Amino acid sequence: MIEKPLGPLPMDAPVPGSSFTDLLDSLGVASAVTIPAGMSMPPVPEGTTVLALRYQGGVVIAGDRRATEGHMVAHRRIRKVFPADQFSAVAIAGTAGLAMDMVKLFQVELEHYEKIEGIRLSLEGKASFLARLVRGQLPMALQGLIVVPLFAGYDDKEDKGKVYTFDVVGGRYEETEFGSTGSGASLAKAFLRTSYEEGMSPEGAMAIGIQALVSASSEDTATGGPDLKRGILPTLIRIDSAGLVEVPDETILPLAEQALESVR
Amino acid sequence: MTIPFYVAPEQLVRDKAEFARKGIARGRSIVAVDYADGILLLAENPSTALHKVSEMYDRIAFAGVGRYNEYETLRKAGIRQADLMGYLYSREDVTAMGLATAFSQTLGLIFIRDPKPYEVEILIAEISEDPSERRLFRISYDGTLYDERRYVAIGGKAEQLTEALGQAWHEGMSLEEAFEACAGAFRSAEGREPEGWELAVLDSSNGRRAFRRLNEKDLTAG
Repeated sequence: MIEKPLGPLPMDAPVPGSSFTDLLDSLGVASAVTIPAGMSMPPVPEGTTVLALRYQGGVVIAGDRRATEGHMVAHRRIRKVFPADQFSAVAIAGTAGLAMDMVKLFQVELEHYEKIEGIRLSLEGKASFLARLVRGQLPMALQGLIVVPLFAGYDDKEDKGKVYTFDVVGGRYEETEFGSTGSGASLAKAFLRTSYEEGMSPEGAMAIGIQALVSASSEDTATGGPDLKRGILPTLIRIDSAGLVEVPDETILPLAEQALESVR
Repeated sequence: MTIPFYVAPEQLVRDKAEFARKGIARGRSIVAVDYADGILLLAENPSTALHKVSEMYDRIAFAGVGRYNEYETLRKAGIRQADLMGYLYSREDVTAMGLATAFSQTLGLIFIRDPKPYEVEILIAEISEDPSERRLFRISYDGTLYDERRYVAIGGKAEQLTEALGQAWHEGMSLEEAFEACAGAFRSAEGREPEGWELAVLDSSNGRRAFRRLNEKDLTAG
């Protein structure tokens, strides 16, 4: 399967030579599989609601912790929001196993490019690459194994946070205010549509982000709300000119309690 | 049909080695030293665009002297190898030992197989939770692999630098002291004022990716 894993180094790389994904393809170790036509998949865990919203000078990205398998809860503490690099984060919805693999590849890809070229990809460049990964999943999506990520980051050229949403064919859309994907996305967006304000503070953005998740979880059974008894809280990442911060549970807990109070 | 002239293998290897050594001797040198918080890599490099020292993996740094295109090719191949291993297995499975062996094999193969050997010398540094597990590897143009301790120098003035560092190095130096020791070693080895530094450290307080570039001002101010 792997031609030269340990021996003499992989001196040759596919042109232009900065992409880790192309390197995997050239070595024949890419993980893409196709299911023969007519075969049906057994149920696999699916991630549900994630969202991102812009604030003055940055962006927050948040997700619930539930994964479902049909009508059952598959995982209560799954993580769906991940740092992509120092200035961007990716959140996933859909087939969890494939989505997590995509995130892992995306993380390595960004770091690989940065090390090879000695410079970080632009935010636009990162979003384009992620769109390519999503398009690569299209054969799987046609079999029902859909992965739709959400991408957010800080753009240092324009000094602002940006949010990108995607569709299954690899379409990439920059959202001006907020974006959401997953089973509870329409509910979360309905909430954000009424609460979102231009030029919010990071605290305000984190608070309404959590409220939108709680709002989605109260209607969509596949979305898990904060579970204070079990100590399960949403994941929250904040990104601005200073870089990416994974917001600690101590900060999220009061926001979750507040949201459970205020969202009817 | 033409029959190539017979050249004795001893002669061939000697000629290639001499050629490679001459090429390397023309380039400026690099040193790496163990200090209290990690490993300092210092290169004499007047260019701020072309790097001689760079990040290879979470806790591993790479440095090369000699022909730019050749050590740059090796640097990229090393990053590919490291990222592949880390992706296929786990990040902790990528080690300086594994990479140094791969560089050694590759350079060894190029030396015997190609008409022209690479005119480069490579340095691989790795930090670890346990300071006694820090690694410094030096790989020469023919693939010979050296496992060094405390300090190492590569390039044309490697011998003189190693000698000077042997006198200046002591256990538990601060970053500033380590820089002064290295800069002093360069001055005495070269017998002139260096034409600009390229500085980097591997320091675990930087987080998962321990590699950071510094500039001279960072050291003189702090």
